[in-house]
Amino acid sequence: MTNIKPNSSSHKSDPNRRQVLAGSAAVAAIGAFGLPVGAQTTAAPAASGAFASLGVPHIRRDGAEKARGGAKFAAEYSYPGMVYGALVYSTIARGTITSLETAEAEAAPGVVLVMTHENAPRLERPEPFYSSPTGMAGSSTPVMQDAEVLWNGQPVAVVLASTQEEADHAATLINVAYEEAEAVTSFDVAAESAQTSFYAGRDLLIEEGDAETALADAEVSIDLSFNTPAHNHNQIEPHAVTVLWQDGILRMHDCSQGVDLSAITIAKVFGISPAEVHLSAEYVGGGFGGKTVWQYHILAAAASQLADRPVRMSLTREGVFRICGARAPTRQRVALGSDREGRLTSLIHTGTTMKIENNSMTEPFFEQSEHMYRADNMHLEIRAGTMDMLANTFMRAPGAATGTFTLEVALDELAERLAIDPIELRVRNEPEVNPTTGRAHSQRALVDAYREGARRFGWIPRSGQRQGYREGEWQVGTGMAAAYYPYKRFPGGAARITLNGEGGALIETAAADMGMGTTTATAAVASERLGIPYDAIEVRHGDNTLPGALIAAASQQTAAIGASLTAAHEVLLAELASLVPATSPLHGLPAAELGTAEGALYSLADPQQQIPLVDLVALSESGTVSAEAQGGPISEWTQDWSMHSTGAVFTEVRVNSVTGEIRVPRITAIYDCGKILNSKLAESQFRGGIIMALGMTLMEGASFDERNGRVMNPSFGSYYMPTHLDVPHIDVGWTDIPDPQAPTGARGIGEIGMSGPAAAIANAIYDATGKRARDLPIRLDALM
Amino acid sequence: MNPLTYEKATSSADALERHDGDAAKFLGAGTNLVDLMREGIATPTRLIDVTGLAQGIEEQSDGGLRIGAGVSNTAVADDTTIRAEYPALSRAILAGASAQIRNMATVGGNILQRTRCSYFYDVAGSRCNKRTPGEGCDAIGGFNRAHGILGVSDSCIATHPSDMSVALSLYDAVINVEGDQGTRSIPINDFYVLPGDTPDIENQLNPGELIVSVDLPAPSANRRATYRKVRDRASYAFALVSVAGSLIIEDGLVVDAGISLGGVAPKPWRATEAEAAIVGSPPIEETFRNAAQIALADATTQPGNVFKTELAQRVIVAVLQDLAGDAQ
Repeated sequence: MTNIKPNSSSHKSDPNRRQVLAGSAAVAAIGAFGLPVGAQTTAAPAASGAFASLGVPHIRRDGAEKARGGAKFAAEYSYPGMVYGALVYSTIARGTITSLETAEAEAAPGVVLVMTHENAPRLERPEPFYSSPTGMAGSSTPVMQDAEVLWNGQPVAVVLASTQEEADHAATLINVAYEEAEAVTSFDVAAESAQTSFYAGRDLLIEEGDAETALADAEVSIDLSFNTPAHNHNQIEPHAVTVLWQDGILRMHDCSQGVDLSAITIAKVFGISPAEVHLSAEYVGGGFGGKTVWQYHILAAAASQLADRPVRMSLTREGVFRICGARAPTRQRVALGSDREGRLTSLIHTGTTMKIENNSMTEPFFEQSEHMYRADNMHLEIRAGTMDMLANTFMRAPGAATGTFTLEVALDELAERLAIDPIELRVRNEPEVNPTTGRAHSQRALVDAYREGARRFGWIPRSGQRQGYREGEWQVGTGMAAAYYPYKRFPGGAARITLNGEGGALIETAAADMGMGTTTATAAVASERLGIPYDAIEVRHGDNTLPGALIAAASQQTAAIGASLTAAHEVLLAELASLVPATSPLHGLPAAELGTAEGALYSLADPQQQIPLVDLVALSESGTVSAEAQGGPISEWTQDWSMHSTGAVFTEVRVNSVTGEIRVPRITAIYDCGKILNSKLAESQFRGGIIMALGMTLMEGASFDERNGRVMNPSFGSYYMPTHLDVPHIDVGWTDIPDPQAPTGARGIGEIGMSGPAAAIANAIYDATGKRARDLPIRLDALM
Repeated sequence: MNPLTYEKATSSADALERHDGDAAKFLGAGTNLVDLMREGIATPTRLIDVTGLAQGIEEQSDGGLRIGAGVSNTAVADDTTIRAEYPALSRAILAGASAQIRNMATVGGNILQRTRCSYFYDVAGSRCNKRTPGEGCDAIGGFNRAHGILGVSDSCIATHPSDMSVALSLYDAVINVEGDQGTRSIPINDFYVLPGDTPDIENQLNPGELIVSVDLPAPSANRRATYRKVRDRASYAFALVSVAGSLIIEDGLVVDAGISLGGVAPKPWRATEAEAAIVGSPPIEETFRNAAQIALADATTQPGNVFKTELAQRVIVAVLQDLAGDAQ
């Protein structure tokens, strides 16, 4: 018996497996899924009873603490003498501060410090993503080091006071005068000088064959333009940090998605060693790509140093809008050419997005077009213009969120022109191997997802005719689209496993739990790997003093943790082997011939030969056995395989014929993301992504005033996201086929929900009304 | 928020006594005032809490209702008499804000909400003639999807956000006020003041005056009324357009019509000319279309809210057709 090796056939079968799954409506339906038999059997966990962990819908370990209010977030730590920070933001997009009147604020009740560029400590520029392996900042813009203003909303002063109210009030007493410089705050103006850009170390340009000629020569073609606005981050927990300089250590309670990288980035800004920063984030109230390093961290730490007081800096919602990064706006072109049977001869996905001067983040909106469909000729290209605005940054499913919208609407339009059912068109263009790299798929069952989604949703195949109908004032239609998100695994993963004398284990890894259930999933993976009951596994995370430099980003953290645990387990086996007494039949066996299961070390060759782990731990000098290792090389996705998650999303939409109001009463989505480690967490992740996508589709958008570069809806009152009444029943399911190349068989599920619904809704709107919506958000006036 | 003192009034007379000038403000539930204070728009240094006062909903000898200014929005919406006799009022309240806010918000406070505009709220970064008369209006030429198309001016295009007041306007409610100079009663349709070139002044209330109650005239027999709200999401959003409408139909002809619009003007917009055009006509689509055109004839739009003219007309027609259908 071995533990969790995806697609290995040596798992012990578990008669309770079906019953466990039957408890989850979403998973139960997989029974009728018509998947290959092997896919079903390999999904069974390796162990039984208390040892069954993977696939079991464990409730979230942090759930009860959060429900009780016992979970401490970054802004809930206190220290003696702590003061509260408030920020003053610039009101111009570019220029120079000519005067800062701070006297009145300094004299206000409770004020301890007013910090501006005139008295701030000298600091290095922060390292943004991709500028170094550890860069975690949203931009390299200097933090309050000079009089230059680079965006409307840039912090220009920090106030520290005894209470938050005093700090907030004093901040309003500061008068700032500027000399304005010419700013680029118009998309059109910036687009004129946009250049072909790059992202994550590669140029955003792929050309195969001659796509334009193929388009012109195609038997059927479409050529469409789309607009998507900027989106601001709105995690339920506004960004906050509590800072203390103590005994040569900068102590930070943060809400980071990657504690190590945040600590290293901040250490470099202050010119200190990363070992001199202790940064933890046990609980994070949502991240979505926005809980990285922004100016507030550095300003809080700098002001704390200057005032020699602990500081709590808790941003207002407006503060988050002003300084914490946003998804960039895009203008996209998707042109498709095909023969009359729908075989793509040309796929063009190009367009323009915006970035700031001081980062290297270009919204990669053509990624799904690289990997989803075969086409004889391709032209994929993204140009980036530079604007004077809040840093653009990562936001759930960067690229794919808007890129799948445009591509999948285009496919729907092509299907209609061809009089082919939109599912059938996609199936006809399903690639045998990766269309751009030629690599084999590690695992891909998108066609199964289409079929199962269609069955569960009740999809009516169509051939060029709308299926929409009318119910009183309401026009009702249905639409579908594919979902896409890449598999990734970043280097830096590491974990430490410590067995205790009671048969339990402690797992330590510097991973982040932003509310998605990292500790819960990690405990389940560790339980399976170690053969130790789930409830006997303790997980410590979210602290940069723990092993590893992980980041909860790109839906890859679970894979990174899985690989780290695998590596640490191998080291642990060697440690255990060295403790085996000479009298044991296991004595002398190398680690490679040993395994752990059901609380014991055993011989792979002869599983009956085993020693309880507690007996081995008792033989150790320290009373514990510990092993630490880094995850293995990441070549599975960088060199060897085409690894991508996909899905099929179906929606019903109602459009009011009087008002144009849009309601979405029903969504079904089936995902092909490899093994699902915990059905409860997975349902929640998928639904959350879908709801966020629903908001992006129908209401979300920054009101970026191009006259002065100011975001005009920096609050929940004016930046609309879905309310409960906007969210329908969402039926989610998954293929649950382990990816043999991914650690634990899971490819990651955090972001794919964000892709697909926008196009499915837009396509359903067309089915209902005959109107094509190509700009987000799709609001009622577009359909009146 | 600036430093301030807080005190609780024991009666309306006590509240008036405590009010000592512009720096003082009466505090209801604070669902708008506290917001404005947090944003630095309202800067009172003395808050006089009047919650708990004027709690009753009482039938009057003339058959009407008197609603205390301190009654919660939820209590008004749930009141069985109001649900039966003034259904548009109940529906309008339930279409507004969130359940939590409605539980807190008072009738007086709802009426006195400031007109809404994101530039008005952006104290640090935007110009606004309501905050600083004469400095200019950044909503004109900016984002103005939510803004007004009727009764607006070159100095202000903000809209009144209340749903409840649109229904009160339909029912010709009267606002009862107490102040240093005694008591007075102001019809709600005269209460609000259009912005003109003084958009900082939004209503007839004088400093130190306190709304103590709202009177609803006796209900008319056979009058059918409703409220329909159109917005950018299903709940917790201000109206893009809302319509409170009513009809009385006798012998196949409209003998009384009411149309009040929300989301399109600096105040609940009573479309009296449109109403007059309906009276005496058959309750058919053509009649209502004609009325809707009259109601929006003077609309002046911005690039962001052009759609409101057509939307308002459509909703007026749909509401009146619904009422006409109900009546048959």
